[in-house]
This record gives sequence, structure tokens and C-alpha cells, in this order.
Amino acid sequence: MKTTKKIRVLIAKPGLDGHDKGAKIVCLALRDAGMEVIYSGLHQTLDQIIQTATEEAVDVIGLSIMSGAHLPICEKLLAMMKEKGLDDIHLTVGGVIPYQDIPQLKEMGVAQVFPGGVSFEHIVTGINALETGEK
Amino acid sequence: MGVAKYIKDEKGAIQEVTYQSGIKVKSSYGPEDLEKAGFEYDKDLGQPGEYPFTRSLHPLSYRSRAWTTRQYTGFGTPAETNERFKLMIKNGQNGLNVAFDLPTQMGYDSDHPLAQGEVGRVGMAIDSLKDFETAFAGIPLDKIGSGLTINAVATIMMAMYQATAEKFGYSKNQISTTPQNDILKEMIGRGAWIFPVEHGVRLVGDSIEYAVKELPRSNPVSLCGYHIRESGATPAQEIAYAFSIAKDYIANVTQRGIKPEDFVGRFSFNFNVYGNLWEQIAKFRAARKLWAIMLKEEYGVTDKKKLFLRGLFGGGGSGLTKEQPENNIMRSAYYALGAALSGAQTTALCSFDEAYTIPTPRSALLSLRTLEMLMDEVGLRDTVDPLAGSYFIETLTLEMEEKILEEMKDVEKWGGMTKAISSGFIQRKISAQAYKYEKGLQSGEYKKVGLNQSTEDGEAEKTDVELHEYNEEWAEKSKANLKELKRTRNDQEVSQSLAALEKAARGSDNVMPHLVKCCHAYATVGEMAGVFREVFGEWNEPDFY
Amino acid sequence: MNWHMKKKRKSVLNPNIENILSVKEILSGNKLAGARVIRLIEENDPQAFELLKQLYPYSGKAFIIGITGSPGVGKSTLINSMIQEFRKLDKKTAVVAVDPSSPVSGGAILGDRIRMQKHATDENVFIRSMASRGEKGGLSRAAKDAVIVLDTMGYEIIIIETVGAGQGEFEIANLAHSIGIVTIPGAGDGMQAVKAGILEKGDIFIVNKSDKPDVDQTLHQLNMMLEMRNSSRTDFQTTTGTDWTPKVLKTSAQNGNGVKEVVDTFLSHFDFMEKNNTFDTKKDEMEILYFNALLKDLALEKLLKYIKTSDRYVETIKEIQSCKIDPLSAAELLTDKLIER
Repeated sequence: MKTTKKIRVLIAKPGLDGHDKGAKIVCLALRDAGMEVIYSGLHQTLDQIIQTATEEAVDVIGLSIMSGAHLPICEKLLAMMKEKGLDDIHLTVGGVIPYQDIPQLKEMGVAQVFPGGVSFEHIVTGINALETGEK
Repeated sequence: MGVAKYIKDEKGAIQEVTYQSGIKVKSSYGPEDLEKAGFEYDKDLGQPGEYPFTRSLHPLSYRSRAWTTRQYTGFGTPAETNERFKLMIKNGQNGLNVAFDLPTQMGYDSDHPLAQGEVGRVGMAIDSLKDFETAFAGIPLDKIGSGLTINAVATIMMAMYQATAEKFGYSKNQISTTPQNDILKEMIGRGAWIFPVEHGVRLVGDSIEYAVKELPRSNPVSLCGYHIRESGATPAQEIAYAFSIAKDYIANVTQRGIKPEDFVGRFSFNFNVYGNLWEQIAKFRAARKLWAIMLKEEYGVTDKKKLFLRGLFGGGGSGLTKEQPENNIMRSAYYALGAALSGAQTTALCSFDEAYTIPTPRSALLSLRTLEMLMDEVGLRDTVDPLAGSYFIETLTLEMEEKILEEMKDVEKWGGMTKAISSGFIQRKISAQAYKYEKGLQSGEYKKVGLNQSTEDGEAEKTDVELHEYNEEWAEKSKANLKELKRTRNDQEVSQSLAALEKAARGSDNVMPHLVKCCHAYATVGEMAGVFREVFGEWNEPDFY
Repeated sequence: MNWHMKKKRKSVLNPNIENILSVKEILSGNKLAGARVIRLIEENDPQAFELLKQLYPYSGKAFIIGITGSPGVGKSTLINSMIQEFRKLDKKTAVVAVDPSSPVSGGAILGDRIRMQKHATDENVFIRSMASRGEKGGLSRAAKDAVIVLDTMGYEIIIIETVGAGQGEFEIANLAHSIGIVTIPGAGDGMQAVKAGILEKGDIFIVNKSDKPDVDQTLHQLNMMLEMRNSSRTDFQTTTGTDWTPKVLKTSAQNGNGVKEVVDTFLSHFDFMEKNNTFDTKKDEMEILYFNALLKDLALEKLLKYIKTSDRYVETIKEIQSCKIDPLSAAELLTDKLIER
């Protein structure tokens, strides 16, 4: 049977921040780029995100963080992903993220960082690149 | 300012202009346009300070008093916030606009697992009355009014404010607070909701009823078209949805046997200044007029002062860019000019670094100076409603009115705002618009200086913005204070007041007096919100696509 | 590169993945393993077919419920409350929520689970979103196969959520043991169920959002239609094969009102089928339909492959190009030849 591959992405809003415009429009953009997007809804605990990523068998988790807490959240989530056997899923993060934090995020294992204002094209290309193994 | 659609010919001359609200703009306007739109001086404009208040609420407007400035302030522990409050007041700010951190906004104490990494980050951390006492120490609460940016737990913060004032020796008749307390817009836009829709609206109703009876100088609700606009609504929808939300709150309170006349005067509004200059000006003028007409004709309100659309026109957050951040200083100044030309009563500006993080003292002061310049330096106080009678502005104002009414009718078709939000109708509509607009920005269909025009290679990465820094110690300090509080307070008093609160929440008693008692007993925000969570449950948000 | 693509990083980062994709892990209820097999199923990966073959004998224990209805009737909210009720009865519960793919991009936003997210951390609940990927009516073999995996993982209740009733072998009535059709009060909506051709398939009719006006009218309308259905029940009997009288229930899923009754009614439908020995008949029917569907897929695929790699095929192409034969006759000739052999 011919195989049919589609990139599956979980867009998740971790924590208490409720600004979800960015997450929602990114969902729409990824859909229009042919991806299958699961949206978590607001106020997710990291446990919920881990369980959702597990059950939905996604390729990529995209966190949307506006509160400034991206460093501690990514660090903790990456550790949990490793513990739960999800370390082959790519973690990406977008939102209000100062450029000076990007090296640190990448170093801890975040695959791609999409600070507010980057284009949809940039995000889609970035995620596609993860899928095909290009950096 | 980058939000209208321009169609140009091959030489670059503008052929067609369409505003976000769907209004087409002509190359010039004359008396025939006013006639076509059915403009009548007395009905549509009238004297400043006279019904329907299109021109201004007060006859002398800025001549008698410049606008009130209320920069959004708060971070870290209450002690840090208190210092910043004093700095802003010392520098001429005449009202406070308090920012709370996310755990507080969501009804969690600093030691809750979900609060981790968030304590004091985007606003100040409040666990109990002790923290309010620290935050407002030395602030003359009888002279300085405070906006509280809090929604899901606004009732709790109103009670805190009252309890604090009482501790300091003020009576509740002297204090003036304006909690945001607009839960329906949180469900459309900002996302700081907790309880299901009907319980959320009931709490809003409780706080309005309480303010009417007990807090004569406070404004229990600030209807925020602002955040609805930030989420992707057009200017016309911003006003229409805020008004539709107001109608649902009015319905809740009138069910309690209180006449609209007795409480609608306490409503205030928070609208956005971001967008096309003329469209914003027309929006504010149309909004003032429509609100007055709606209250008078639909709700039978007669007292002139109660027909006022009072509020803050400001912010402009989603107009700011991360690219070339200094541009935001000029950009905000133009936004503020629009607010001043529309006779904004109260204002505040997002600071130029807010695309990165919460403002530093320097950027917050720059915003304050921008606002001062308009009033004291360049002449915005000279005369009331300087654009009145402009063929363009008056036509546009009438067209804007029509658009707002159309959008309100649309909501009615869905059975009113509460239903339109429960079903996700509004959220779907706004997300789709936001997506379309963002695509337009990225394709250059909408112009944005520094973003898709006059960009500089790689400048974003190089940008040297001094950033407000988060201090991990705030969480530790808050947690230690909380621990100490729980050790020293009277536990019996706490559990008794919480039990009484629960009883009120389960029944139909107003929760406010019980919350004030809980605050005095040093019950924590988490404990009080916990009672509500237990009784009401949490909202299950609908999908958005 | 991802776990399901045979690329380097898989072995570097997570050497255990290969090990967990085993019958043993799935039977033990390992969520990671189950989820990834379902993903392989969706991607038509041959590995999945092998695993399914081994798993199939262990399936057949779950009670499968189909929930269908137009967009906006509150299916996800209802299912969210149903999960809660099933969990109170200590039933391991799984959901397969099918959403349409965008016909333009082929992508999809799968948002049904937003409404069920509070169950995400329940060890005994498994929610899987699935895109229709162009299947008419939204359901596909992938949904059926996913249900088999969840069944063997030990989920006692499996709920399939879908907008359309589906078509052919994989219509909802052939995937589930019991069908709930959700509608809302309002003149047009009761009728819509009929238009979609699913009235015959429903075992339980749920009028959600029953706090709305017109609820009694909708209930009345539904009851009338069902009466008509019962009086001309030949079609009905062949599809469900029981004498079950369809039930009409009211819910307000948002606050959970009436949902317990829905769950109880589904369970009593199950008991009813068991008592009347029709559950096994239904399962047998479903099995044959599944076989037929697989046969269609495999026969088509294998025969096509066979034909297209034959010399005869190459010759025929040339003959068509040189106008020696028309495409219609050529296709007929080739397939006839094949059957002769």
C-alpha cells in the first residue's frame, strides 16, 4: 500500500498565559501548509502536553509562550520528554522571545525558535526542515 | 498606519482605500457627503458635553482638565511594585493601572505548582491582603484611583482593595477602583478565564451590585474592546462586541431588580488606539454617541452623566513591532494623537519595548512624556473636538456607526454575546480575521515600517534594547511570605470566612461581602479562588477554526 | 527526521522505539507504543499491517460507540462528559475523533480534543485525533484499524466521533456497535439527520443543548420520524439486526445534564444485544465487511501491480498510442485476460 505521510504538529499553550492569537494563527498557517495540527487549548500543564504528544504521536511540539517563562518551561518539558521516551519529537517554541535567549534555548535542545514577528513561511520551512533532517 | 488596504495604480497613486471596518474612503469630501449620509448637526453632533456626546463628555473637555494618564504598572513583589507606583506618581501620573502576575490572575498562590516560573513575571504577585498592604503603602487612596487589570478573580481583588483601604483608615466611600472585570472578553481574547461562562457573568453581576450599594466611587467593570481588537477584531467589532458584552452584564444585574439607571453610569471602557488614525477617531466619536443613544433609548436611562462612555483609549500593543523597536516610540505618539483628537478621558501607552517584555522605568517614562507633550506642548488642549465639522470625519463617524450597529445585529442573531462565545462563533470569526491580516502584513499588502518596508538586514538580532529582567528571587520571597502568613494568621477565622464564601457561591447571595471578610482574615487568593473552582468548575473552551 | 521515518536520528536518540512497537507492549497498554502504531497505520506503513495481523486475534473485547452529527451540535462536549461518566464506572475509555482535512491544502486542524483536555492526564483515557484525509464522510480504514489497536490495548469503551456518517465499508454503522446521533433544538436540525441518511442507523438520538427553546418540538419531530422508521423497518433490520427500539434523550452536555442517561442507555443497548445474541451477529457482519474492504484494497493494489509490470501492459500502451486499440477496449481486454488465467 502506498504510504501517505503528513507532518503532525501539536501546538500547545503551556502555563497560565492566555494570549492565544499567535498560537491560533500559526495553527491555521500550518494547516494551510498541509500539516495536521492538534491544538491543545489554553492553560495546559506540562503533563497534559506530554500526554497529548504521546497519544497523538506528533512529529513536532510547538509551544506558544508570551509570558517570558520560555526558558524554565522548555527546560522542564525537554527533561520530561526524555523521561517519557518522546525525545525523538522536535520541540519548537514561539512567542515573545528575546533574541538573546535563542542560543540558550537551542543549547538545551529546542530544535527551532520562532520569535514573534517571524513569517509563516519561515515557520513552515523550519518545521519542514526538521522533518527532512535538514538544519 | 498600516491597517487600511490601499490599491494603487502603476505610478503609485492611491486609487482605493478601504478601512478594516469595511469603509471605503474617497479622495476628498464635501458638504454633499454629509448630506448623503443624512448628517444633522443637533442629532449627530450637538454642543460639546451635550447628548449624544459625539464631541466630548464635558463642555470644556481638556480645557478644564487634561487627560488622566495611567501607565500599566506592576511586577515582582508588592514592594517592587510599590516603588514603581511611587516613581510614576512622582513623575506626574495621576492614576494607577495595576498589573498582576499570571498566577494571581488565574487564582493561584505563589506556591502552587502551576505558578512555577511565573511569580511576579508579568505583574505583581498577590497572595493575601498583606501583599496589598505593602503594594499600596504610602499611596493616598482617597486621591489616586486604581485600575486593576484583573478579570476572572476581579471580585477578590476588589475586596482586597476595599480591605486594604479600611486597614489604612480610609472608608470605602472614599476609594475609587476600576477592576477590569470583563470576563467575556477574556474568553474572546486574553485567555485569563477560569470559570464557566454563566458563573463568570454571575461574578461580574455580583461585583456591580455590590459597587452600586457599597462602593460609591468605584467602577466595577471596565469593558475591554481593547483585547478583542488585539485578538483580530476590526475597530467596528471592537466597539460592537464590547457593547454586546455590556448588554449581557446589564441583563444579569437588572434580573436582580436593579434599574439600569442605577448602575450603567459605573461602567467604563478600555479601547485600543492602534490602527488607521482617522478610523480610530471616528470609532471613538461613534462609540460615545451610540452608547448614549443605546442607554437612553433601550434602557430608559435619563440622567445625563450616566449616559457617558467613560474610559481609557490607549495602549496600541499589537501595532508595535519587534523590528526597529525605537520606531515604536514615534508610532505610539501618533496613536496617542488619535486618542487626544478624539477627546480620550483617560489614556496610557504601550511602551516601545513591550514587543519584548514588560517595560523598564525608562520606557514607561518615555510613554508618559509622549502623553504630556500632546497636552502641554503641541496644543491638544486648545479647543474641544478640533476635527468637528470636517466633512471627512463627520461622514466617517456616521459610517462607523452603521458598521458598529451591523456587527451588533450579527451578535444578536447568535442569541447574544454569551451564547456567541460559548459556541465559539466569535472566536472563530476573529481568529480567521487575525490570520488574514497577518498574512497581509507578511505579504506587504499592509504596510508596516521596519517590518515590510524600510527594513534593515539583520537589524532585529542586533537591536540593543535594555530589557526588564525577571528575578527568580521574587518567587522565593513570595513563597516565604506566604508560609509566614499561614503560620501567623488566625486559622479559625480563615476557615469560617471561606465556609461562608462557599455557601454564598453555591446559593445566590452576593459573594462580595464574604470576600471582604475573607481578605480581612488573610485568606489567600488561591483559597478564595479555590472555593469558586470547587463550586463553579472550570470553563471548557470551544474550538476556534 | 522522525520516529516513523527510517532515518539515523531514530536510533541515535531513541533506541527503544523499535522495541516498544511490539504486540506485547500494545497488549500491555503502552500508550507510546499504541499511539505510534496508529500513526504507522495512518501512514499506510507495511510494518503496521504486520502488527495488525498479530494483534487482530486479541481484539473484539471493546464496546464501540459511534457519535455523529452536524458541526456545532456539541459532539466533543458530549463525549467529554461521557468519558467522565464511563470513568465513574471505572471503564477504560478511548476516543477516536475524526475531523475533516482541508480539501485545498490537505492539512487539518484537529481541535476536538480541546474540549476533552482535562482527561489528558488520566492513565485510563486515550484520545486520538484523526484527519479524514479526503475520505468521503470522513471515515477510513485507518479509523477502523486504530480502533483495533485501542481494543487490544484494553480500552473497554471506544468512542468514534465523526461529522459525517461515512460511506461504504467504513461508514459509522459498520465501525461501531451502537450509534448515537446528536442534534440540537431548532426546526431544521432534526431534518438534517434524515437528509444525511443516518436516521436509519441511529440507536440513540441525543438532543443536545436542551436548554434552548424548541427542544420539545425537536423531540416530537424525532419521535415521529422514528415511528415512521419503525413501521417500515426492513431497511432498519438489515443494518442493526435487532429489535432495539431507538431511544431519544435530552442533554445539556456543557453542564453534564442528561449525560449519565446517555451512557446508561448505550450500556443497556449493549446488554440488549448480548441478551438477544445479536452482538455477535453484528460483530460477524462487521468482520466480513472489514474483510471485503481489505480484499478490495489489496486486490486492486496487487492486481494493478501485476498488470503494470507485465509485458502485455507495455505492449497495450504502445497499441493505444499508435491508435491500434481504444483505451476502453484495451482495459477490458487486459482484465479479461487476467481472469482467464
